[in-house]
Amino acid sequence: MKKVYVNEERCLGCHLCEYFCGYAHSGKDSMEKAYNYGTPPVARIQIEEGDNINFAVSCRHCETPVCVKSCITGALSRDENGVITVDESRCIGCFTCILSCPYGSIVPDGEKPIKKCDLCVQNGGEPACVAACPNRAIVFEERGEAE
Amino acid sequence: MKYVIIGNSAAAVGCIEGIRKTDTKGTITVISDELYHTYSRPLISYYLYGKVTPDKMLYRSESFYKDNNVQTLLGEKAVKINKKEVVLESGKKVPFDKLLIATGSSPFIPPMQGLENVKNQFTFMKYDDALAMEKVLTPASKVRMIGAGLIGLKCAEVVTKFTSDITVVDLADRILSSILDADAAAIMQKHLEDCGMRFFLSDSVSSFKENVAILQSGKEIAFDVLVVAVGVRPNTGLAADAGVTVEKGIVTDETQKTNVENIYAAGDCVVTQDVTFGGKRILALLPNAYMQGEVAGINMAGGHSELKNAAPMNAIGFCGYHILTAGTYTGEPIFECDGKSYKKLFVKDGLLKGFILMGDIERGGIYTNIMKKQIPLDTLDPQILAKPQLMAFDQKERKRMLGSLV
Repeated sequence: MKKVYVNEERCLGCHLCEYFCGYAHSGKDSMEKAYNYGTPPVARIQIEEGDNINFAVSCRHCETPVCVKSCITGALSRDENGVITVDESRCIGCFTCILSCPYGSIVPDGEKPIKKCDLCVQNGGEPACVAACPNRAIVFEERGEAE
Repeated sequence: MKYVIIGNSAAAVGCIEGIRKTDTKGTITVISDELYHTYSRPLISYYLYGKVTPDKMLYRSESFYKDNNVQTLLGEKAVKINKKEVVLESGKKVPFDKLLIATGSSPFIPPMQGLENVKNQFTFMKYDDALAMEKVLTPASKVRMIGAGLIGLKCAEVVTKFTSDITVVDLADRILSSILDADAAAIMQKHLEDCGMRFFLSDSVSSFKENVAILQSGKEIAFDVLVVAVGVRPNTGLAADAGVTVEKGIVTDETQKTNVENIYAAGDCVVTQDVTFGGKRILALLPNAYMQGEVAGINMAGGHSELKNAAPMNAIGFCGYHILTAGTYTGEPIFECDGKSYKKLFVKDGLLKGFILMGDIERGGIYTNIMKKQIPLDTLDPQILAKPQLMAFDQKERKRMLGSLV
């Protein structure tokens, strides 16, 4: 399946992926509304910044997802396409998934259900972070295991 | 192939999903003395609080048994395991080729003089416990909790919604003594006191005079609801009677197989090799139960799977303040505390052995991964100790993590 992959050599550290991710999941019809009225939306992708290197991290949609196996309510599951999804109506925000994810890519949202990358399946087509990346540091494609 | 599972919680569900990865034809029978569809035990406090409705208590969808072609014998208690069959209290006999014992644990109730005459006493592990408490709690209730552990405090948190009169007694000198050190416990205790709980620590009940508890310290506290949550004991009797080796819990190998042919065990009733501790101990944790059940199921169906890198792990929150803990608190502590965030890492022989995060818990799983895999800290950037981040891994590993199928 197509997943989000990042190339740290191309990441400018501009954080646009974070803003467009938050906006895409905000339910608002403009970025201005998403970020300037009320609590800003939580991004499901985050930039790590180093001295000379930056990269984005979001859910890897693992083949054997430890978050799904660990979820104490059954809110997290892997669908038939391999997308790891959270049923927000069943998430109690215990953060067992945050304790389990080796990539640190599941994000708390206060006392609300956790947030994670859903590959923008609701938004159709290409994930918002990929579309927003000005330097193709984030791509959406088929890949195999590392050699 | 006839698979039988005694138990209907996380380990049982893991086993069903494990079996069905390879064997879609064999029959699976689940035996449980509870009447309910598989539900999430930790949700009973959320149910009682009113945050979770009965339909959201289900650990798997309503069609789960049907989808996986599972027969259930609910409300039936297994009383004996013979060579190739499980005998139920009703007299029914259930034949098996492969059996999983996933009998879990039960509340431990220490001997306390006069306890038998206490009205409205509860334990807090099962759905029925929450349903029973729901009937008696009122704003006028005076509730006394014996035990300031994970179960006791989750229950006490809910009680604060019903009544402002909640007192917790524990023999230990701190709350949550199984997962917090003294400093962290003090911070959490203050938070819980602000939420309305009172604590009597380093104290215990010496006797009850009907609904008055007389503590070792001499204090007398009246109450009308008592909850006993001092700990749990693994349910190992059935296994022991069948000739299965039992130490502190049921003993299995890495494939969850016991010493008795065709009998496997998983979950709170077994002892697990803890990679941070270097020995076997009971890890009464839902994720561990699921993963052991899944491993057992795969092996029962003729595949091969082993449980690796198990360790204690707890994610829990009280009144909006969250804790992540993992591993063993041994070696040199590396400590940071600012205001309401608390972080302690335990490093021994250059390896992360355990940690406590409170408040700021973001990306804690990066530490869990380093700990479970026992990745030498000198192969990582020292910045890892300041903040959990993938930047601490070398470029090749970062590319594997973020640039390839994982």
